[in-house]
Amino acid sequence: MKIDRRKFIKFTGLTTVGLAGTPIVRALTGEDSLLTPAKPAPSLDNPLTAKRWAMVIDLRKCISKEGCTACIDACHLTHNVPDFGNPKDEVKWIWKESFEHAFQEQEHEYIDEKLKNAPTLVFCNHCDNPPCVRVCPTQATWKREKDGVVMMDWHRCIGCRYCVVACPYGSRSFNWRNPRPFIKKLQPDFPTRSRGVVEKCTFCEERLARGLMPACVEACPEKALVFGDLENPESEVRELLKNNYTIRRKPALGTQPEIYYII
Amino acid sequence: MLEKALKGTKAYWIWVISVMAVMGIAFLFYLKQYHYGLGITGLSRDVTWGFYIAQFTFLVGVAASAVMVVLPYYLHNFKAFGKITILGEFLAIASVIMCMTFIFVDMGQPFRIVNVFLHPSPSSLMFWDTLALGGYLVLNVIISRVVLDAERKSIPPPGWIKPIIILSIPWAISIHTVTAFLYAGLAARPFWLTAVLAPRFLASAFSSGPALLILLCLLLRKFTKFDPGKEPIQKLALIATYAMAANVFFVLMEFFTALYSDIPEHVMHFQYLFLGLEGKATLAPWMWASEILALLALVLLLNPKTRRREGTLVLACITVFISIWIDKGMGMVIGGFVPNPLGNVTEYAPTFPELMISLGVYAMGILIVTGLYKIVLSVRGEVRA
Amino acid sequence: MYDAGKIIIGLIVFLIIITFPVWYNVAMGNATYFPQLEYPADAEQCVADSAYIRASHMDLLNTWRDQVVRQGIRIYHAPDGREFEMSLSNTCMKCHNNKEEFCDKCHNYLAVDPYCWDCHIEPKELVP
Repeated sequence: MKIDRRKFIKFTGLTTVGLAGTPIVRALTGEDSLLTPAKPAPSLDNPLTAKRWAMVIDLRKCISKEGCTACIDACHLTHNVPDFGNPKDEVKWIWKESFEHAFQEQEHEYIDEKLKNAPTLVFCNHCDNPPCVRVCPTQATWKREKDGVVMMDWHRCIGCRYCVVACPYGSRSFNWRNPRPFIKKLQPDFPTRSRGVVEKCTFCEERLARGLMPACVEACPEKALVFGDLENPESEVRELLKNNYTIRRKPALGTQPEIYYII
Repeated sequence: MLEKALKGTKAYWIWVISVMAVMGIAFLFYLKQYHYGLGITGLSRDVTWGFYIAQFTFLVGVAASAVMVVLPYYLHNFKAFGKITILGEFLAIASVIMCMTFIFVDMGQPFRIVNVFLHPSPSSLMFWDTLALGGYLVLNVIISRVVLDAERKSIPPPGWIKPIIILSIPWAISIHTVTAFLYAGLAARPFWLTAVLAPRFLASAFSSGPALLILLCLLLRKFTKFDPGKEPIQKLALIATYAMAANVFFVLMEFFTALYSDIPEHVMHFQYLFLGLEGKATLAPWMWASEILALLALVLLLNPKTRRREGTLVLACITVFISIWIDKGMGMVIGGFVPNPLGNVTEYAPTFPELMISLGVYAMGILIVTGLYKIVLSVRGEVRA
Repeated sequence: MYDAGKIIIGLIVFLIIITFPVWYNVAMGNATYFPQLEYPADAEQCVADSAYIRASHMDLLNTWRDQVVRQGIRIYHAPDGREFEMSLSNTCMKCHNNKEEFCDKCHNYLAVDPYCWDCHIEPKELVP
């Protein structure tokens, strides 16, 4: 084929543009790009909202970082969670249990050793059908209609611990003593609790109200915790649920937990 | 009539002052608990309910057992119970007040209890339990006052009290059923998730209650001029016998369903209670003692010769009471928490302050029973001079 | 009436004793005492006018509590149009940051012991 220099330059030029087109457009208009307006600063005026908050935890990523407690430290620091130093009085919002204990109905003798003893992140599942809410005699804990978060009202709690008894996941802690002296670093913008009330993870609703992701999600160095709106088909959590097989804790009890684990 | 409780012999006042002294000491321990927090007890993150709630559960049964004397007398005209229905009702009043006090001392924020009434929560069994217990207390106070007042004036009680008395019968059943529902509706606690829990509670209530009433009547006979007579005691013993037989049968049913189905989350709790888990078996001696005492009690009660002889009847009543106190109190309550929902084993034992506070609540109940029974005996002129 | 004289004298003595706190303070010139509060230097006006705040800040805080905790509503629209975050620690105590010189002054005088600060952190506590 006879091709002159002009045609050749035209041809290669168009090909280059064609190949480079998509990445360039994405660089200009995608998230965090040059042309996208800067995300508004976190404030009460642009909260994160959802119809149904849920979280997908990629345990593979979490397990890969041995000994990491970034999420636990972030949560317990942000919320003034006390450290009593003994298991009897212990208060914890998020912690690691062995895989066997977190998923008792999934365990068997021949599970891969690595998984069997793998630390599994556990915390309040913010169930869609929460038994703790059903048993509270004062509605000091309730499920928020607007976004499914199971909330705590520490002013109203009478400390009867019925919710602690009713939770099938052991997610709740009671303040057996005054927690103030046992808080390592007091955070000024979040209250502590007093002795005699029950506490648990609240999906960082005070951060959501300010347009911030939950502390644990933000702190995870592996991005193993993905938080999003289950009722938004385009959300990352929905995509993860579509592309991965996930399990939840004690699904047979009908509590509809909203924390999904990718094993 | 209340002033009759304030007149008594020296022995009476020594008894009352001693009981009040125990209450006073217990109150100091409660102040310490209120200041420090419930961490002063043996309770922990895994075992969140313990000795206090165990006593509450057991005493609701004793309170409900008044129905075992009220029903035969008022519904079936069983005249032999005529002299002791009031004793059963007064025992019920003392028991319900003890129940409420045990709940109070177990709360993390007791002075917020009014929130239960400010924010009614019909989905919570605890809400219904407060209504049921409160209503039962009011019923028994009204009934006992009206009936005793009529007896004092030697006139029949007014007609309008009859439907209220009849109401107290299903109400008594309901207070213990509601208390059982507190436990039996929780998916989180497979040890309690059994339909037979409410029938088991009722059966144990109707054996331990009458057993205690028999012992109280015999104590009164020893220290005062009151003599219940042989027939009411024997009838109460018969009721306790059948109820204890039903109770033991229900316990055996529980063993069967759990152990034959061999489902780990059911078996593990029985294993902990009777054999221990992970080397921890604090409750095992207590549970075995409870079962042996239960069988001993059944043997003594089922055999008419030992049931009719007072010495062995007293022994039977004591063993029934202790056996059910262990089984329904510590056994049932603690058993539900070990192992915890994550399969971890944390043991529990009450601490000294916890036991002292409980002793104080029991002392308060004893004081109430003392005062109320004194009133009855004074009204009937059966106080020892 | 028997012993009328003794009874009436007794009643008068009782009334004198029972009203002791009132007439003693008037006599000592304490009737007009008002606790000396230290007001914040940099702010002119609280979230509402002073008379209302003085009388009803407890009600306001209770409303704020229910709005924030139970409704999830965090922005308060003051009567004069300004907007604030409904928070004891983050709003009220941002200006009134000295609990001893402000909050405690009236509370101690009136023997009132609100337990807000069992949980809500006062700014001074953060100074190590």
